[in-house]
Amino acid sequence: MFDALSDRFDQIFKGLRGRGKLTQADIDETLGEIRVALLEADVNLDVVDSMVARISERAKGQELSKALNPSQQIIKIVLAELTVSLGGEAMRLSYASKPPTVVLMAGLQGSGKTTNSAKLAHWFKKQGRHPLLVGADLQRPAAVEQLRTLGTQIGVPVFSETSRPTKVARRAVKEANRTARDVVIIDTAGRLAIDTELMAEIGDISSVAQPHYTFLVVDAMIGQDAVVMARAFDETLALDGVILTKLDGDARGGAALSVKEVVGKPIAFASTGEKIEDFDTFHPDRLASRILGMGDIETLIEKAEAAFEKEQAEEAANRLLEGTFTLEDFLAQMQQIKKMGPLGNLLGMMPGIPKEARNVEIDDRHLARIEGIISSMTQDERIQPDIIGGSRRLRIANGSGVQPSEVKQLLDQFSQMRQMMKQFAGAGTKKTTPNSRNRGKKAKHKRGGRVTEKGPAKVPKMPLSLPGLEDRVGGFG
Amino acid sequence: MLFAIIVAVVAFIVVACSAYLIIRDRRRRSLESHRRESSAVEAPQQQGEIAREVGGEPAATVPSFRDRISKARATLGNYLGSVFTRGTINDQTFQDLQSALIRADVGVTSSAEIIAAVRQQADEQGLAETTELLELVKAEIISRLDGFDRSLNLDLGSDNEEPGSGEPSSSEQSSATRSSGQRSTAVWLFVGVNGVGKTTTIGKLAQRQSLAGRSVVLAAGDTFRAAAVEQLSVWSQRSGVEIVRGSEGADPSSVVFDAIQHAAARSVPLVMADTAGRLQTKTNLMEELRKVRRVADQGPGKVTETLLIIDATTGQNGLSQAREFAQAVDVTGVILTKLDGSAKGGIVVAIHSELGVPVKLVGLGEGIADLVDFDPVEFVDALFG
Repeated sequence: MFDALSDRFDQIFKGLRGRGKLTQADIDETLGEIRVALLEADVNLDVVDSMVARISERAKGQELSKALNPSQQIIKIVLAELTVSLGGEAMRLSYASKPPTVVLMAGLQGSGKTTNSAKLAHWFKKQGRHPLLVGADLQRPAAVEQLRTLGTQIGVPVFSETSRPTKVARRAVKEANRTARDVVIIDTAGRLAIDTELMAEIGDISSVAQPHYTFLVVDAMIGQDAVVMARAFDETLALDGVILTKLDGDARGGAALSVKEVVGKPIAFASTGEKIEDFDTFHPDRLASRILGMGDIETLIEKAEAAFEKEQAEEAANRLLEGTFTLEDFLAQMQQIKKMGPLGNLLGMMPGIPKEARNVEIDDRHLARIEGIISSMTQDERIQPDIIGGSRRLRIANGSGVQPSEVKQLLDQFSQMRQMMKQFAGAGTKKTTPNSRNRGKKAKHKRGGRVTEKGPAKVPKMPLSLPGLEDRVGGFG
Repeated sequence: MLFAIIVAVVAFIVVACSAYLIIRDRRRRSLESHRRESSAVEAPQQQGEIAREVGGEPAATVPSFRDRISKARATLGNYLGSVFTRGTINDQTFQDLQSALIRADVGVTSSAEIIAAVRQQADEQGLAETTELLELVKAEIISRLDGFDRSLNLDLGSDNEEPGSGEPSSSEQSSATRSSGQRSTAVWLFVGVNGVGKTTTIGKLAQRQSLAGRSVVLAAGDTFRAAAVEQLSVWSQRSGVEIVRGSEGADPSSVVFDAIQHAAARSVPLVMADTAGRLQTKTNLMEELRKVRRVADQGPGKVTETLLIIDATTGQNGLSQAREFAQAVDVTGVILTKLDGSAKGGIVVAIHSELGVPVKLVGLGEGIADLVDFDPVEFVDALFG
């Protein structure tokens, strides 16, 4: 998500990174480019102008040549502004002291209310709650059927009846009390913000249902109209937050910035795929880094934390940096990583990924191929891949049902990676220069500075060089 | 390439995971200080109230482009109002003009082009008054929208006239003439991202066709979204046309193929095929769509229109949608939906000029009759009313 915006910022900052000193002209040019990048990302014009003005103000107000190098300083200012504009921290939901907690979903047609009502119900269910879905979209043909189908899929009951939306909402709350459901999610019909009649209707639904949370569902692909629309919904309903949908495409997601800034309501959740699970709370600070092409290591690490045996991983990392990492280790780690979700998604969270690589689709079949190849090797071959010659290669290829060239390709990549990590570990102890950040094509994945603090005791002197971490950490401090 | 990425990802994650302790601690500390810092930032400037008046025109019984769009046009009109009362033309005039176009989702690049062209003409003609600019801007945008065929094509080509020729009679059909036998059924394929209104549009268009006395078969090709088939079948009942449906999760190509067979057997000249919404970046889903189009072009069927539905609220992503769908399934036209809201649909200007794909129809509401032909002059007039 937000890849396209990241790409633009990547380009802008690439030009800045190498420079030691910025002239006023540099700053003006950069600001101009930031403005275009934000506009092309569909950020509202007024928001763009005020943001650029603030960035410019802060850039001018500071001695640009102190502590950090000037380009880092600009990046830091932009990052801070983006984080502020996106809303700082993630929204925390609390539950009504007297259940049920009522959630009202509102939005334009086709923004994804019904699908996301179900996703939200699934999310609540994972939090240990007992949601009830309410079909109050009596307008669109088969909307209630859609909700029922989704409800069955996720094991959440659906309440609806063919009357009026307000009546459905009222009865639904009673139904929730009767059946001891502690969260009620009301799906409503899509409506245009300028349709006074339908806006009045959803106002009525809101007064009847007395929601604890009212979420506006916003399509990530929306353009300049986002602000007009969000303001109108906010005036009628007093929104609590936004659910941003369809973030898995190449939409630049400027709507997220505009809505937050103009209406002042945080983005509570984001939907990032067609599956029910592709939905989670929204972390603005992480997204800001991600927009700036710094990756989303935080989320990546959270996922890793859940999936990994920490000590095992530490050991593996250590061996990786020492150059004693074997294919055996690789296989074990790959199986752990599979638990973290689709590899393609993980790739998107990694910093500094070139665009071509980011758009490659990796599915589990590719992983299975690699697993197959490694499984067809003997113990010795896995530990010492160098012994694999033509005949061994053929045997492995036959054993795993792939072409010998693929086996060779994997081995080449593996030894290249091993080589690189070794160099990388070595480089970490030296002063990192801009050039050493881009060692060869693959080194691009590993761009960034170094973490100078000592690693865990088990890993003495671990000179970790992690992409972008220095920039991030240093940039904050 | 794939192996390289996978190997790199695995290596990266292993290292990242083991490093997280150090980094997280440090990051937490720095985030806190960052927060302290950012709380000192001034509160965002209050945005100027965007005036928008809902048009006072009486609701017409048969919606015309102009009637319906007038509701929303006040927004852009107001932005421009200040431009066109300012008096003499200066740099600010052009800047304001470009801002107005950007607000209408025309986009930075397209609006810059339009303004540059207008500016040059204004110079050449020696214009000094802002009021004279309006006609120039309108004419410039209209010229970008003009000269396209916007009719919906039912023409099955010359296959039927020269059945035995074996050679494609025109380059346009080269991919479509492998099948033996006669083409008897035109297929209109409806494609687009999720939630733009494909199913609703088919419903309305089916009604139009059936009012025009043409029988139609609907193909419920959205086998993915829950209850999409039910939604389309409600529309088929409303307009009294037949629908061919598969089970949920069925292969959309086979549903479309069945619908064409069904139509051909009953001499129905037109099949309108719904497809599941898909984001243009999902390679496998775009591949699935290619297959639907290929299959629809076999046997008695011939795809005469591939219509991309675009939501008028869409911003710059609309261009990416048009580009990717055009590449995958050879889009012949765009249907711009939800133009009755406050969004302007300015992205279609860029789609016209960059991809040469015309808007053919416009959706202006949820009623069965709220689908009208696109007219560039009215579109621009309504925007600048």
